[in-house]
Amino acid sequence: MKRHLLSSADLSREEALLVLDTAKEMSSLARQSVRKLPALRGRTVVNLFFEDSTRTRISFEAAAKRLSADVINFSAKGSSVSKGESLKDTALTLQAMGADAVVIRHSSSGAAHRLAATDWIDAGVVNAGDGTHEHPTQALLDAYTLRRHLNDGTGDLAGKRITIVGDVLHSRVVRSNVLLLQTLGAEVTLAAPPTLFPVGVDAWPCEISYDLDEALVDRDAVMMLRVQRERMNASYFPSEREYSMRYGLDARRVALLADHAIVMHPGPMNRGMEISAEVADSDRSVIVEQVTNGVSVRMAVLYLLLGGQSEADPGDTGVGGEGR
Amino acid sequence: MSEAIILRGVRPLGGDPRDVVVMDGRIASIEPAGTGAAPAGASSVREATLDGKVLLPGLVDLHTHLREPGREDAETVLTGTRAAALGGFTAVHAMANTSPVADNAAVVEQVWHTGREAGYCDVRPVGAVSVNLAGERLAELGAMADSPAAVRVFSDDGHCVFDAAIMRRALEYVKAFDGVVAQHAQDPQLTAKAQMNEGIVSAQLGLTGWPAVAEEAVVARDILLTAHVGSRLHVCHVSTAGTVDLLRRAKERGVDVTAEVTPHHLLLTEDLVRGYDPLFKVNPPLRTADDVAALRQGLADGIIDAVATDHAPHPVEDKEGEWDSSAFGMLGLQSALSIVVETMVKPGLIDWSGLADRMSRIPAMIGRVGDQGRPIAVGEPANLTVVDPDAQWTVRGSQLASKSRNTPFEGMTLPGVVVATVYGGRPTVWDGQLVAGPTGVAVR
Repeated sequence: MKRHLLSSADLSREEALLVLDTAKEMSSLARQSVRKLPALRGRTVVNLFFEDSTRTRISFEAAAKRLSADVINFSAKGSSVSKGESLKDTALTLQAMGADAVVIRHSSSGAAHRLAATDWIDAGVVNAGDGTHEHPTQALLDAYTLRRHLNDGTGDLAGKRITIVGDVLHSRVVRSNVLLLQTLGAEVTLAAPPTLFPVGVDAWPCEISYDLDEALVDRDAVMMLRVQRERMNASYFPSEREYSMRYGLDARRVALLADHAIVMHPGPMNRGMEISAEVADSDRSVIVEQVTNGVSVRMAVLYLLLGGQSEADPGDTGVGGEGR
Repeated sequence: MSEAIILRGVRPLGGDPRDVVVMDGRIASIEPAGTGAAPAGASSVREATLDGKVLLPGLVDLHTHLREPGREDAETVLTGTRAAALGGFTAVHAMANTSPVADNAAVVEQVWHTGREAGYCDVRPVGAVSVNLAGERLAELGAMADSPAAVRVFSDDGHCVFDAAIMRRALEYVKAFDGVVAQHAQDPQLTAKAQMNEGIVSAQLGLTGWPAVAEEAVVARDILLTAHVGSRLHVCHVSTAGTVDLLRRAKERGVDVTAEVTPHHLLLTEDLVRGYDPLFKVNPPLRTADDVAALRQGLADGIIDAVATDHAPHPVEDKEGEWDSSAFGMLGLQSALSIVVETMVKPGLIDWSGLADRMSRIPAMIGRVGDQGRPIAVGEPANLTVVDPDAQWTVRGSQLASKSRNTPFEGMTLPGVVVATVYGGRPTVWDGQLVAGPTGVAVR
């Protein structure tokens, strides 16, 4: 593993599979009575959240704690030069506290890259979502979930056909997913109204479609993205009703998928907007399971990035390969 | 009591070697190399052997942010003009987006005076087009034109004069005093929260796009307005191939439009944004390799008239954080000549005479700076730059004379070193070093 996880593009096929295989082992731990591994005892993981995201933060927190790491939650207000503490000063503070890994969530695209590229801090950096850029651990947990349902929890996703629907323009989840799913051999279709694709999307390794029905036929999975209702104020679409009609997932559309297909959503959902309650709660839906898998995947990422070694045992980098 | 300056063996515009003698603010004589002598009456002689070095008219920048008054932490007139002198400039146009804004005679006069006191080059204030750069009503353009600063270039740079009616009025009004409106062409609605060029890279990086059409749509409109009212338009920092096409067609139709390109847009592309280092954040943004090629060709063909630096100093804390909260802008004064040598002279797109046109003669004409950008001839004002075309230097932000360090060329080794700058007959740079307190004043 590399020192940082900033983008899904950082992961080779082998590295991605290593994370998924490690996550699988971690998940077996969750079924034991003592759900804790000593792997990261004495190491400090900082959850540095410049943007509120309780779900992601508690997922990382649970992951780090199950590996016996010390966890510091650092909620920073404001990030711009004009208000609050600068990213640099925050990083220097964490460095002084002796952070081994920093999990960063930030509203600015590239914030995790800045943290990793500067000499402000030595810690490994995990991107927990940067602006509208990437969210690689979400893509890993989605891949884990897909592999579990479509490939018996092993190997890659070669030949699997996945459709991702919604606000591609503003979604960090979709950028990470397109890159990782391509690495794992899946065929990806993105479906959205033309206004919600970025200019330049045609260079992405996937198909694009404006017609959701066509994009769902015989697919192995569909992943719905959250669409913020405010988008209609900037004329990305005329109304919630029209969006839901043209791009919302309902029972009729689910029937277009392959029989074994699963329905995913990174949460939080807008029920009635991009997904109907009936579909969200149906047996096709693996949305709740995604949350569970998130903890296992984040355990694997932290374990591999930190070399899976404790301070008392610096000699062996373990499964992590090239540790830090 | 006059000091004579003898530049021995220099090649005017890259031609045959000459000894060029300067006294009393003017070129006193131009003799075959080895024969130049100080005129009778010189109280002292300062001379240098400059065999093989190229002599140019002093460079004129149409687009400089000196930040004074208001942001003296980023740059002052003194530090900015020192950087200008080291870059071979003898005149700079100081942009109006200071604090307070240069939208009245008092501020432009203050900036002009401060420039004269510093003495490193001619500081020509640019006046704001609209009050407080707000784009709503005209600033007192006439008062600024009539002031001792004799403003001829008006710009809301940093902001676009987006209201077509205001733009039309500005174009009309400046005709009374031979002024020019220098437009920062950017449709604000198409570029809300824009961070970088819109295209393949912005889609990958998740940064809000600044589409080429947001520049081109405004340029097209302004060309039509300029033709309609019969005025003079200057387009700031052209950044797209599409704008070059629009300018070409406008010039073919005889519209009085000129345009500038920055050194950074001649060399750098949007791919540099991939590391999210805010040093590469600039407005208009770095574009694609195709745009860079079109800009170079446009400059070679005379479709783009001039190179202008858009020297935009920012303190470190504004250029090292997250991309979207960092400031737009790059340093340019000390690297401009070298970048033009690298991108235009070395590939054979222009020669030294062509460089002198684009960095001195034409910008002086656009800005109506009468004593700058003149031919290298006896009796002409001595605003001169000597460049060593064979020497190279490596850019280090920490070693630049600017108060700020935000150069996008950090670590690059570039051709062309300024060895001497003469402003108003006095050296501001000699042997590659700043001359202390030059107190040069332009010959009028």
